[in-house]
Amino acid sequence: MSAVPESHPIPNLFSLQGVSVAYDGEAVLKDIYLEIREGEQVVIFGPSGAGKTTLLRRLLELRPDRTAFIHQDYALVPQLSVFHNVYAGSLDQNSWHHNLRNLVRPHTLDVEKVEAVIARVGLEGKLWDSVSDLSGGQQQRVAVARAIFRGVNVLLADEPVASVDSQQSAAILQMLKNVAETSVVSLHDVSLGMDVFSRVIGVRAGQIEFDLPTADVSPVLLENLYRPC
Amino acid sequence: MLKTSLGFLGVSIICLLFADIEVTTIDPWIELGRMLKGAATPDLRVLWDFRTAILNTLVFAICGIAIGVAVGAPLSLFFHLRPVRVVCALVRAVHEIFWAFLFLPIVGLNPVCGVLAIAIPYAGVFAKVCAEIIQEADARPASALPYGTDRLTRFAYGVLPVVFRSFKSYSSYRFECALRSSAVLGFVGLPTLGFHLETAFREGLYCEAAALLYAFYLLIFSLKWWVRPRAVPVWVAGSFLLLAKDVSIQWDNISRLAYEILPWPMRRDGFLEGSDTIAWTAVETNQWLLDLIGNQGMQGTWDTVVLTQVVLGVTGLFAAAAFPLVCHHFWNRNTRGLGNLLLIVVRTTPEYVLAYVFIQLWGPSMLPAILAISLHNGAILAHLTGARANQITLKEDSPSRGLDRYGYEILPRTFGQLLAFLLYRWEIIARESAILGILGIYTLGFFIDSAISDNKLDQAIVLIAISAILNVGIDSISQVVRRKLRISVGKITTLT
Repeated sequence: MSAVPESHPIPNLFSLQGVSVAYDGEAVLKDIYLEIREGEQVVIFGPSGAGKTTLLRRLLELRPDRTAFIHQDYALVPQLSVFHNVYAGSLDQNSWHHNLRNLVRPHTLDVEKVEAVIARVGLEGKLWDSVSDLSGGQQQRVAVARAIFRGVNVLLADEPVASVDSQQSAAILQMLKNVAETSVVSLHDVSLGMDVFSRVIGVRAGQIEFDLPTADVSPVLLENLYRPC
Repeated sequence: MLKTSLGFLGVSIICLLFADIEVTTIDPWIELGRMLKGAATPDLRVLWDFRTAILNTLVFAICGIAIGVAVGAPLSLFFHLRPVRVVCALVRAVHEIFWAFLFLPIVGLNPVCGVLAIAIPYAGVFAKVCAEIIQEADARPASALPYGTDRLTRFAYGVLPVVFRSFKSYSSYRFECALRSSAVLGFVGLPTLGFHLETAFREGLYCEAAALLYAFYLLIFSLKWWVRPRAVPVWVAGSFLLLAKDVSIQWDNISRLAYEILPWPMRRDGFLEGSDTIAWTAVETNQWLLDLIGNQGMQGTWDTVVLTQVVLGVTGLFAAAAFPLVCHHFWNRNTRGLGNLLLIVVRTTPEYVLAYVFIQLWGPSMLPAILAISLHNGAILAHLTGARANQITLKEDSPSRGLDRYGYEILPRTFGQLLAFLLYRWEIIARESAILGILGIYTLGFFIDSAISDNKLDQAIVLIAISAILNVGIDSISQVVRRKLRISVGKITTLT
């Protein structure tokens, strides 16, 4: 009789065992082994083209219904209002007729819920503004609000602050922490996020270079991650 | 690209050698003088007498476009299915007037005939263009919606808001086309503006004709004031109410039509006996079909192709020469305003009306048809190319003389676009070339028109099918050429 190993008291949320992904014959991820447990706050660093996006999408495919995903940009519908874009986070949890109705004549209950969520990301009073009229930082806040409104316990975010100025970046990253119990966030800029996340994964050329608690990550390690090819 | 263009131009010149471009009237200039005098002194009083025709023009166009959108836009979601594409292509390839010819025997000279004649080909166009708009649209917002979202919701939240504006602007452009179609349907007898226009021209009442034309321009130029999004439901509902007043479909006529489109050899014995029985005469029917295709079909197709190719060349040259008129790299504000007005008037006038006027002047030959179709299409292409040219920013050291700037900067930069526009309109030019046969040149329309007047529906339907196949063929060649040259019309939706 073997007992459950004591080193794994919390179940695995994501588990990749030797995953490789190739597009048009070109390897994007090579033989990835990765386990992420519930409650972890993970940041993925790596140069552009390292495979961060592909890795995150792979995780999304594992648990689509429990996960909220924040994209770098172009993920909102610019012609729709803030309300509709935030509400879109819960489209798969509602019936099609409820969704259609909300498009034309929003339900009071949903409006109240969305209003409460956008207050948390600092967008009070913008409920009916068209997303195309908002600044880049405000648009990313809408994306965060959509993730919060989705009400799931896992957050995946792909370079969520890449197109936002540095002042806004810090604020948005802090907000991400409160979206879900577990988050996996990829970032390009290593100066952000070290104080927000507890575990750091370094990705380079489709492979995991290191996977350490934040406290053990040295500047040399990071510099090495971004070395020229 | 240059080689291809020169190739097309070469074909155009060779076709011109085969084209009959004689002036047959004795003194065209006297007639032109009378027309100009009419244009200067329009008889506006007649408009009150023609109010029903003007109202009909509107009602046909509104009902036609409403049905076209209602059928075509949802079809665009299934445009990836081959049968849908094929049916839409065939339906599109048949001109509104030919559709009217087909419906006349069923419903008679009735509003339903006019509405269906517009609705059916427009549904095909809407399906195609909406599918293209969706394909060109940004797909990222839709792909960022939650995984489990159902298809309808995904479309409503992720696709529709993104493409809605393009849909809207395309529909309003298309409504302008529907008004033109509706007016032109009058020339074959339906109770719209064209009916009185034709009478006025035929009887030389140019003051009346001018008044009718001006009323038509007014209708089109004022579109932006009375076609407001909120008013659209009112216009549509009102039009259908008016239409419903005099709808009468006789179902016997449909079975009658089904009988009459059968090839004559199959009906002959029954007809002679008076029993209307149908005989399966495969050999004779085959011979009948071969004769029809070999004589009228071949001659009509040949003349249609000759006319199409000449027009293609002339349209290209005209557009290349005329687009600087509306381009700020060449003319100042005032001159551009004048150029714009000229191009708008020319492209607003239905090519059928232009051809009709030119034939009055010079007699029936290919010359009036060439000029009419080239002017109308050239004005559209010049407008679009000019708009593209206006987006070019020139460096300070670019040539200062207009002609140098045209040849070394602007034309090279817009040429691919212009060629793409031209090739896109190729099938439309072919459609128009076929239809102008009704005015007495020997393109397919001539033989279709004669078959209809002789009550030979069986022949008409075969010839209409030939014209449809010709158009579909030209469309596929155009697509191949555009793909090979790697040119595309981009996000321009006011081309078909």
